[in-house]
Amino acid sequence: MLLQIDDLKKAYLQPDGEVLPILDIPSYEVDKGEQVVLIGRSGGGKTTFLHSVAGITTVDSGQILFDSNPIQNLPEEARDRFRADNIGYVYQTFNLLSPFTALENVLLGMTFSKGKADKEYANWLLERVGLSHRLTHKPDALSVGEQQRVAVARALANKPKLLLADEPTANIDPANQQSIIDLIRETCNENDVALIMVTHSMEVADQFDRLDKLDDINELAPAVNAVTGGSHA
Amino acid sequence: MNLWNIAYRSVKQRRLASMLTSISMALGVTLVVAVLTISGVVKTSFETSTSLGYNMVVGAKGGALQLTMNSVFYLSEPIENIPYEYYLEFLPLEQRQAAYENSYKYQAVSQQDELRNVVISTTAATGGLAASITQEILNDHLDQQLEQVLPWKRQGKFSAFTGLVIPLCLGDYFGTFRVIGTTPALFNELKYGPQADRQYTFTEGRNFVTHSDEHGFYEAVVGATVAREMNLTLGSEIQPSHGAQSGEVHATAFTVVGILDSTGTPNDRGVFINIEGFYLMDDHAKPVDQEEDFQGVEVDKTAPNGLTLENREITSMLLLTGNPIFAPSLENTINEANTAQAVFPIKEISILFDSFVDPARDLLLVITILVCLVSAVSILVSIYNTMSERRKEIAILRSLGARRNTVMFIIMIESFILSAFGGILGFICGHGLITLGSDAIEGRTGISIGFFEFAPPLGMNPETIMGSVSPELMIIPGMILLSVVAGILPAISAYRTDVSQSL
Repeated sequence: MLLQIDDLKKAYLQPDGEVLPILDIPSYEVDKGEQVVLIGRSGGGKTTFLHSVAGITTVDSGQILFDSNPIQNLPEEARDRFRADNIGYVYQTFNLLSPFTALENVLLGMTFSKGKADKEYANWLLERVGLSHRLTHKPDALSVGEQQRVAVARALANKPKLLLADEPTANIDPANQQSIIDLIRETCNENDVALIMVTHSMEVADQFDRLDKLDDINELAPAVNAVTGGSHA
Repeated sequence: MNLWNIAYRSVKQRRLASMLTSISMALGVTLVVAVLTISGVVKTSFETSTSLGYNMVVGAKGGALQLTMNSVFYLSEPIENIPYEYYLEFLPLEQRQAAYENSYKYQAVSQQDELRNVVISTTAATGGLAASITQEILNDHLDQQLEQVLPWKRQGKFSAFTGLVIPLCLGDYFGTFRVIGTTPALFNELKYGPQADRQYTFTEGRNFVTHSDEHGFYEAVVGATVAREMNLTLGSEIQPSHGAQSGEVHATAFTVVGILDSTGTPNDRGVFINIEGFYLMDDHAKPVDQEEDFQGVEVDKTAPNGLTLENREITSMLLLTGNPIFAPSLENTINEANTAQAVFPIKEISILFDSFVDPARDLLLVITILVCLVSAVSILVSIYNTMSERRKEIAILRSLGARRNTVMFIIMIESFILSAFGGILGFICGHGLITLGSDAIEGRTGISIGFFEFAPPLGMNPETIMGSVSPELMIIPGMILLSVVAGILPAISAYRTDVSQSL
């Protein structure tokens, strides 16, 4: 088992002092190399869930076991290190760093992990995502499809065990959406990387063997939807 | 990708803002370099000028500072003159006697002693012991007569205390430069330099002499700056203008026989002419009070005698006492009498520096410190202003595994890059400016400053860090450090970035 979550609870403190519970997940598991699609309505806590798994945000209670190691109580620095070594993240808005070229963005994905920055591997990744001719282009000079391809390559650069993709095709034109989904799934397969992909698209969701609805796993989902409309999640 | 590269790319991304920030830092450093160099040059110039090779200046009663300014620095206007006979009081017997023998009084008594002349010529014809005894008696008689009118056959009153005395006659100009009538001793015997142990040397030619077959009394030596600015070479002729730069040009021409090496002293800006030639120029001979008393008296004004003693006066004299211990009592003695005043130039210069130059330097240093602060604040503002738009960038780095300390360090590196670039640019601009002005600085102070030379130390005591290390080596790194420190504030802001909120 790669990821095992038990009794995960997370709430936000709102500016007016009110506590807003957002996640209450009694149990959730993902196997090594498994590909899961997670769907849910806006504000259902999907992004908070991914951030919790990535150690970007802390949880209030419960347990997150990653490769049998609990990560929920790690100090921040250890969570940073954990993320640098184990997690790849693909965002809806790509989140490439504009001062850097495509190749440098991929190299940045390795910079903070324990492995050394491997330029050859970065080159290979970009070649794999079909951008061998765009290595020295900065994000501004790339199409949105190309930018997301760079983001996929960057997410895999640290050879993660788990790739988190947060609506990776939401900002991509329909013509390119499928190729990005294919790319993510194929590269994860090739590198034995587990995948949790959040999406709103049933068309995408239907392609996965395992489809999880957040409303089913998060006991608070209906309440959160009713209160926030999704401001944090 | 190392952190330096990440920081550098971030700086490069905001090219214009980064450039402007660095330029503001560079302007600050340029100003600092200029201020420090000027302060250092002034201080070094001061040190060079205070190692005069003499310890007193004697001149007419009046302002002590004015006497110092015109005799040491050849600035300000001369006060009044003092009698030549007063100068002779500093000389040993032989030199006094020789000087007095070229006086109207001496010649008047000698020439009017007709009886003596007749007896000498008569007894000389007879020869023998009687003749020589007679001559001796008559010479004694003449001496007695002379001693009644001349204080000539004795040591000068102050000669026992005198190591070296050099008379100066000021007042004439050559272009904008002062003409100084003096004796060859100024360059033959006086030493200069911080330890007052350097002999004056000549780029070309030699020192002037009292009289030469080729040029008579009319030889001149010029300082390095004068030679350069007035395009003088050996053999050039100099005709001083009388009394002022716009004064009437003397008919008498002096031939340049020597060009001094640059010394860093006011002598670089001086035109030195033989004092004997100076006296013989139009309007330089003092009218003799009892001119009618000397009607018909023949005085040989040709070489080696020159102008008669009564017609001579001097502006001032540079005096090195035989032993420094003599100086206070000698100064006291001179000042108690009515004829002249004696001043210690170093004391006067110190007063001047304490009153004007040091406060001015301190003010410049305060401005410098303010400039440093402004530069640091500009870097702070520049980076801080970008922080809100960079929260996402920082959050992305954090999501890739960068630790809080790492992103904080990246911002500090950015601050360092901006300030170091500004510092280096400012150093280049500052030293470039100084190099452009180095000819002018060298011309005025004799201090040569190359591009890679740091400003001289500011402190007076070489054992202290201010006295031994160039302030540039402290202040420029200090400014860079200050700017890096200023980067802490935006760096803390980066440190506090909430990743999940900013992604």
